[in-house]
Amino acid sequence: MSIVVNGVSRDLPDASTVQDLLQQLDLDPRRVAVELNREILPRHRFEEHFLREGDSLEIVQFVGGG
Amino acid sequence: MRIFLNEQAIEIAPSTTLRQLQKRFKPLADLVVLNGFPAAEDSSLTADDQVVLIRRGEQPSAEELEALLVARHTPGVHEVMKKSCVGIAGVGGLGSAVAVALARLGIGCLVVADFDVVEPSNLNRQQYFVDQIGLDKVTALRDNLARINPYVRVIPHAVRLAPGNITDIFSEAQILVEAFDDPEQKAMLTETWLAAFPERPLVAASGLAGYAPSNHITTRRAAGNFFLVGDGETAARRGEGLMAPRVGIAAHHQANAVLRLLLGETPG
Repeated sequence: MSIVVNGVSRDLPDASTVQDLLQQLDLDPRRVAVELNREILPRHRFEEHFLREGDSLEIVQFVGGG
Repeated sequence: MRIFLNEQAIEIAPSTTLRQLQKRFKPLADLVVLNGFPAAEDSSLTADDQVVLIRRGEQPSAEELEALLVARHTPGVHEVMKKSCVGIAGVGGLGSAVAVALARLGIGCLVVADFDVVEPSNLNRQQYFVDQIGLDKVTALRDNLARINPYVRVIPHAVRLAPGNITDIFSEAQILVEAFDDPEQKAMLTETWLAAFPERPLVAASGLAGYAPSNHITTRRAAGNFFLVGDGETAARRGEGLMAPRVGIAAHHQANAVLRLLLGETPG
């Protein structure tokens, strides 16, 4: 299936979760904020939420320092 | 004709000039500010002009002080700031500098939260003083802000922020500034705030360590009401410190993003 991540199209195996996507992108799920179709997706749903064809995600990975 | 003298509306004759006004109201003034900019030359006033007359070195009365503090603001800014309330989560390098900038802007109310105390290694970038070592940061910050602008209502919370208390502590805030150090805490706060208040902007920061070029730090809209400052990649880590210049640049990006949002402009 095809989804859009930060404005770029990506192909993903069917039945992939948000967690699978983060793993594929080599992102630490504890350090990201994920917006799925314009709504913030809480971290506890990363593993259970299956992505669908045409989903649009904005993913921000935070780095330390303040 | 109506003009504003030291933020008070007054009626004057239509052809009145700056110098005539000065002679009438404060002949010893040696700094005349017209619409946010010092006026070296005389000129005729027009309706709704904002004039501030200051005598250098003179301690102003309590009634006058607030107007004088914001004499150099762009006209219209202080009115908006005065009625605004902003939250700052974490008052270390980013948060303390954002707080100072917003206090200098004359913000009406600041809700600040941090569990930490001032310690010596903070002083390379955070807005505290040697004699404040050991104090709660939020207490030290409240004291410092009062010395800069006593008209800001500061609401300090010396607590560790968590998903269970963030929405309560910042319930008054129209905008939240994320100013944590730890990336997992940054992510936690972002998720909690945007899920609870999707209509209230979050101004977060990521990537401001070291001494990489200043111009790599930007402000952008990451999603909906989520605005992100930083270079996105330079993490604080072994071999890459946190220092006043870049932390300050990022903090002031955040403060200006807050100002732009409050004025109805897009931050990035």
